[in-house]
Amino acid sequence: MKIKSPKDFWAGLMFIAFGLGFAFVAQNYEMGTAIRMGPGYFPTLLGGLLAVLGLVVLGQSLVVSDPEVPKFKLGALAIVLVGICLFGFLVRSAGLIPAVLALIVVSSIAHSEFKWRDAALLAVGLAAFSVVVFHYGLGLPFKLYPGH
Amino acid sequence: MDLIANLALGFDVALSFENVLYCFFGVLLGTLIGVLPGLGPTATIAMLLPVTFTLPPVAALIMLAGIYYGSQYGGSTTAILVNLPGESASVVTAIDGYKMARMGRAGPALGIAAISSFFAGCVATLVIGVFAPPLAELALKFGPAEYFSLMVLGLVAAVVLAHGPFVKALCMVVLGLLLGMVGTDVNSGVPRFNFGIPEIAENIDFVVIAMGLFGIAEIVVNLERTEHRDVSVAKVTRILPTKEDLKLAWPSIVRGTALGSVLGILPGGGSLLASFASYTMEKKLARPPKHFGEGDIRGVAAPESANNAGAQTSFIPLLTLGIPSNPVMALMIGAMILKGIVPGPMVMNERPELFWGMIASMWVGNLMLVILNLPLIGMWIKLLTVPYRALYPAILMFCCIGVYTLNNTEFNVYLMALFGLLGYVCAKLECEPAPLILGFILGPMMEEYLRRAMLLSRGDPMIFLEKPISAAMLAVAVLLMLSIALPAIRKKREEAFQE
Repeated sequence: MKIKSPKDFWAGLMFIAFGLGFAFVAQNYEMGTAIRMGPGYFPTLLGGLLAVLGLVVLGQSLVVSDPEVPKFKLGALAIVLVGICLFGFLVRSAGLIPAVLALIVVSSIAHSEFKWRDAALLAVGLAAFSVVVFHYGLGLPFKLYPGH
Repeated sequence: MDLIANLALGFDVALSFENVLYCFFGVLLGTLIGVLPGLGPTATIAMLLPVTFTLPPVAALIMLAGIYYGSQYGGSTTAILVNLPGESASVVTAIDGYKMARMGRAGPALGIAAISSFFAGCVATLVIGVFAPPLAELALKFGPAEYFSLMVLGLVAAVVLAHGPFVKALCMVVLGLLLGMVGTDVNSGVPRFNFGIPEIAENIDFVVIAMGLFGIAEIVVNLERTEHRDVSVAKVTRILPTKEDLKLAWPSIVRGTALGSVLGILPGGGSLLASFASYTMEKKLARPPKHFGEGDIRGVAAPESANNAGAQTSFIPLLTLGIPSNPVMALMIGAMILKGIVPGPMVMNERPELFWGMIASMWVGNLMLVILNLPLIGMWIKLLTVPYRALYPAILMFCCIGVYTLNNTEFNVYLMALFGLLGYVCAKLECEPAPLILGFILGPMMEEYLRRAMLLSRGDPMIFLEKPISAAMLAVAVLLMLSIALPAIRKKREEAFQE
């Protein structure tokens, strides 16, 4: 047994995990019968189907040759996700302006040509833009800054 | 003449001052974002959806439709001028279009793209007007079994006709269906898969999934590529094509429109498939067959007319059956549901002003594209010089603010980040995200129809085979799957996508 296609191998495992996970959690809900399906019926069916299809993908990875190993570069991903989560954390507690500033500055770090000055300028510009468009223009109920 | 009366009603709605304005905004925004590389129409619509929240339903849908075909056209503009297809359907346009631009014929290339899009748009509008009503009437006779089978067919076709590995795409569909189960079960009121989180007690908002999978994941993947964007823009002088150009191109425009209109209706079809297929067909059919790939005007005319026709006729299954044929249409369904409109055959009878207004607005929008874009080309070119490091934080900001304002909860922002992560992993493992969105939208509907059908048949699954329409649809679905499994056809399909 040799894995000939790492991409398919991992994709297969991922789908099996999702399928079994959903099917497992669905056991907490009433199954019902084929005539009167309970809330657990269709998810269990789908979860099983996904697990079987995942198994097929896994099987393919042993047969179909595609030796390219997927390269996960976690740097950019992590930085962008941290930026988004900072936005989520700040937008209600501190307000729209600090949230946008944090999001723009942090996510800018992910680019290979990052410069502090440019990122700060961009952040200020976009924060001003978002206040004008979303707060004043579209009238969305945002808290703008701490204590607003 | 129902058609004329209906279209008259439609134009009445579409030409009201307000709606012309929203159509204009939609087309303008769509073109703007279509021009920017790295943001497809799906992400664009997902991103701009919150902007339409405060609008009345007709205006919102008119604007969203405008964004859709505006982004198609914007994508072609950059494909021709700088060999950068703004979205995937204009990849083929770049082949001959960019060559034409290099030969100093950028103007006529843009001109013929506009003219063929407009022609295709006019024809497709009529096609929708003629074919949608009888189809909706047929759909009214559908029972739950027929609907269930239709959805199975729709999902299978979407997977088969899309490119990419087949079984993995099928897995993504099922995963989407499962994600659609998250939230309250409509029949029993039991909350499912929400782990006690109140923000997803009802369901996961599809905008959150779409932005995570398409917006965030695309950005991260783009950031890993260090691309050198060479923006040496061809000079645009004379825009109108010559008489000889038109004479050479018009059969291609007609064929492209016809093929695009048909492919747009198919589940899984739409503009991408239409543009690829028509270019391949033109290379075989056009006389004289020379010069393709070397700046042949027909190589621009055919895919441009096909992709616009396909983009528009893909509204037919949406408006008549309530079934999306591609992710963009899935977003449109989501938008309709948000506005309290249940997509399906009833829309035409209950909300004729909405249905016909939207169709007429497509024609208006196409006309705007022709009039607007030619003088604005200079501005679009300027946009291309915006560096990506300034662009992507702005996109992120729109996504974050957009999902936050859905319900004013920060939970949606975190959930979007999570789907961004899933989208990134899927991109790395070569799993297409588009089928997941289709599955997600159809999941709750499929469960409901399955339940009703099984209740009617007293638990006998044979009902799906005993009803002739349902059986026929399932048979086609099986045939489609077999066609993928058979190596000969698979090879052909790969060849087609290679080109």
